[in-house]
Amino acid sequence: MCSLCGVLGGRGHWTESSSSPEAFASRQEEVTRRRERQERIRLANRILGHYGLKLADFSGGSYVLSTRTGRSKIVDNITEVWIAAEAMTGNECDPLDPRLLGGLSA
Amino acid sequence: MTAYDTLIPINIVTGFLGSGKTTLLARLLKSPALRDTAVLINEFGEVGLDHHLIEHAEESVLLMDSGCLCCAIRGDLQGALRGLFSQRERGEIPAFRRVAIETSGLADPTPIAYTILAEPVLQHHFRLGSVVTVVDAVNGVAQLQRHPESVKQAAIADRFVLTKSAMADDGGRAARAAVRDINAAAPVLDLDAEPLDPDALLTGDLYAPGGKRREVAGWLDGFAGVSGEAADHTHDHTHDHSHDHSHGVGSFCLRFDGPMDWTAFGLWMSMLLNRHGERVLRVKGMLNVAGVADPVLINGVQHIVHPPTHMSGWPDGDRRSRIVFIVQDMDRAVIEDSLAAFNALAAA
Repeated sequence: MCSLCGVLGGRGHWTESSSSPEAFASRQEEVTRRRERQERIRLANRILGHYGLKLADFSGGSYVLSTRTGRSKIVDNITEVWIAAEAMTGNECDPLDPRLLGGLSA
Repeated sequence: MTAYDTLIPINIVTGFLGSGKTTLLARLLKSPALRDTAVLINEFGEVGLDHHLIEHAEESVLLMDSGCLCCAIRGDLQGALRGLFSQRERGEIPAFRRVAIETSGLADPTPIAYTILAEPVLQHHFRLGSVVTVVDAVNGVAQLQRHPESVKQAAIADRFVLTKSAMADDGGRAARAAVRDINAAAPVLDLDAEPLDPDALLTGDLYAPGGKRREVAGWLDGFAGVSGEAADHTHDHTHDHSHDHSHGVGSFCLRFDGPMDWTAFGLWMSMLLNRHGERVLRVKGMLNVAGVADPVLINGVQHIVHPPTHMSGWPDGDRRSRIVFIVQDMDRAVIEDSLAAFNALAAA
């Protein structure tokens, strides 16, 4: 659950609503874990494209993050995606970066 | 998986040297509601604690490879808590239902919170309860000016306890204003003027039955102006100002009219904490999540986010998402625009 340390053996990631069913019990329409993962990948790719990266599902439980040159890394959750993205590109992935935000709204 | 609200809560009682932490704890422990509380103490003070279950832990810190100071496992705490739980399970000590940790005055409480939330074994048995920061009405402002640790203690507080206000010339007004300047999302209890309520201070937190409404009200009250508009507590650090006790730490509350997309929010928050977690000291919020009738409550301490929970029904007619940030040297407008841009992605 720590974005920097990625300590293993924890509970599900806090961003996955299936890990906290009580918090989303009043959902008006069922959202399956699979559907939420697909949406997460779709949105993440809008952001990761800015850094030349692409995210895909890996066996329904992990993700694979790839560069345009074919380098790839398997990660367990979305926090690890950002850590891996910075390591693979050597760039800071900053959600406050105006260039990123400009690209998202274009 | 154990439900988060059934884990043993751990309260952190922190505050600067001589602020009255032990005196407060001694008074609290007399309450029947806190009878089954184990106490961990990091320093030996002048005030003795007469309680049946007290352990002392020497400070030691295991830095993680990242080198991030907030993401440090406190080795002393890890050992002490594992030991306590093991003794409890073997029936060697009473089956405590709560733990209170009194930190040393100079301690940065963030690694303590990190240890509870992220240590691989402890996170399955314990959860972080409310953090109580004790502030000395006579010396509090000077301590905040001189010691960055005390600013950190104020920044991550869920409640402030003001001590010695009867001895302060101004009745503690300056100390109260100073801590609210840093963290307006934590209610202040004046120990000399108000009755000591263990439920309000320790037991009635976000994951306790019946505690959610009061908790959320406490977050938001500090930002409600006369007109209901935001009353922010961040400072423009490009100019000189009188808030030299805050070391650049301040709080603000963002409000969003439309529903928040949970997936977009998770992407944004995880990305923000990965890059800026050392400066995002606390995040607390009540979100109007798209497709979810009840408000979803979020609560984070630096890089770590508690599992979200919910509140049954909205507390009032206002269904806007409201998120309180306690940050160091960060710009409110930049954060607000960034979250809005990410949320708009979901609709695209």
